[in-house]
Amino acid sequence: MYLADVAALTRKDLRVELRARDTLPAMLLFVVSTLVVFHFALPEGTGDAAAYGLLWVAIVFTALLGLARAWVPEHEHGVLDGLVLAPSDRSAIWLGKTLATLAFLVAAQTVALPLFVLFFAPLDATAIAGVLLADIGICAVGSLMAAMAAAGRSRELLLPLLVLPLAIPLVIGGVGAAVSPEAERYLLLLALYDGVFAVLSWASFEYVVTE
Amino acid sequence: MGLALVLALIVVAEDQDQGVSQRIFYIHVPIALTAYFCFGLGAWKALLLLWRGEERYDLESYVAIHQGTIFGALTLITGSIWAKASWGHWWLWSENQLVLFLVLFLFYCAYFMLRFSLEEGSRRARSSAVYALFGVVLIPVSFLAIRLAENLIHPTVFTREGPQMSGSMFATFCIAWAAVTLLAYVLYRVELAGKRLDADLRELREVLQ
Repeated sequence: MYLADVAALTRKDLRVELRARDTLPAMLLFVVSTLVVFHFALPEGTGDAAAYGLLWVAIVFTALLGLARAWVPEHEHGVLDGLVLAPSDRSAIWLGKTLATLAFLVAAQTVALPLFVLFFAPLDATAIAGVLLADIGICAVGSLMAAMAAAGRSRELLLPLLVLPLAIPLVIGGVGAAVSPEAERYLLLLALYDGVFAVLSWASFEYVVTE
Repeated sequence: MGLALVLALIVVAEDQDQGVSQRIFYIHVPIALTAYFCFGLGAWKALLLLWRGEERYDLESYVAIHQGTIFGALTLITGSIWAKASWGHWWLWSENQLVLFLVLFLFYCAYFMLRFSLEEGSRRARSSAVYALFGVVLIPVSFLAIRLAENLIHPTVFTREGPQMSGSMFATFCIAWAAVTLLAYVLYRVELAGKRLDADLRELREVLQ
């Protein structure tokens, strides 16, 4: 029953995106342009390590772009009020939104990561595992923060401010997974972050969205 | 309270014997501990708000986090002064405790941005409470993350063997800590009273109009 609700909500978001086609192409174009800019931003002779760092900056800001638009359909037509009134667990709304945003982010990365390998440096299995784990973390926390920010004014300004301090452990984990010889510890850190913050976001969504 | 403060400063002036720069540590460490404590108190009040739903917890949580942020800013400033005096640099990225504190400080600065962008009401109270809770959860996770990334050269004052300070220094430290905690408590009560008066005044004005 609960999972059916979540599946319905996720499907709704994916379908809206497939028809409107505004968020995903924007994210794709943004991440590709950012990678090109990074080529010019990195001075001559900097090693691969700097490139991995910039990859993570690109990922975080692409995610922020996707998240900023995540709750807009719900707020535009009062859909969120209808969803909250529905007789299902409110956290299902959060989970559905998180899964949909995650799908968009992963889709953008299936283009971005091969381009990164082409332009800059190779990515091994632990690096990609790090990207996937961090995606989960950023979408989980970001969905909640976007819902909080969407209720107020200046929401586009507010979302990066709320998400960036929370994203710092994810960036540490992701870059470490790509660069460090002890990549497993960073992957463990990412898994811990995901576990803790996903549960916390899941539990507290109800309080954010109801009066 | 003023007496406690004055006492702390005089005692500090009496008992230092390791160079002038070390003196600020008596104030810096209590301020840092108080900042952490204020953030914890803010999160506890936030939890109470979400759990029990009484409106007063919102203001108490806000004031606690406000105090925590002020003390946090002071921590960063006093820490930088001490760092410049003893290491020669205002800031070092290789220092875990510094970076952790900076991340937390940024997080709670964003708390105010969140609060000021929302209309007053239960929505704002609840969102702020959830955000405050995220802050305290962030502390251990960030700690692990930053420790994974770097080495620790911040002098460890309290190790497993006990305080690494001589008797008189420890006494001074305790007095300074008590004084700063007292200061924080006084500021907390004053600000809370002030904000409650503000709210009452506003209500009265609305009723009279």
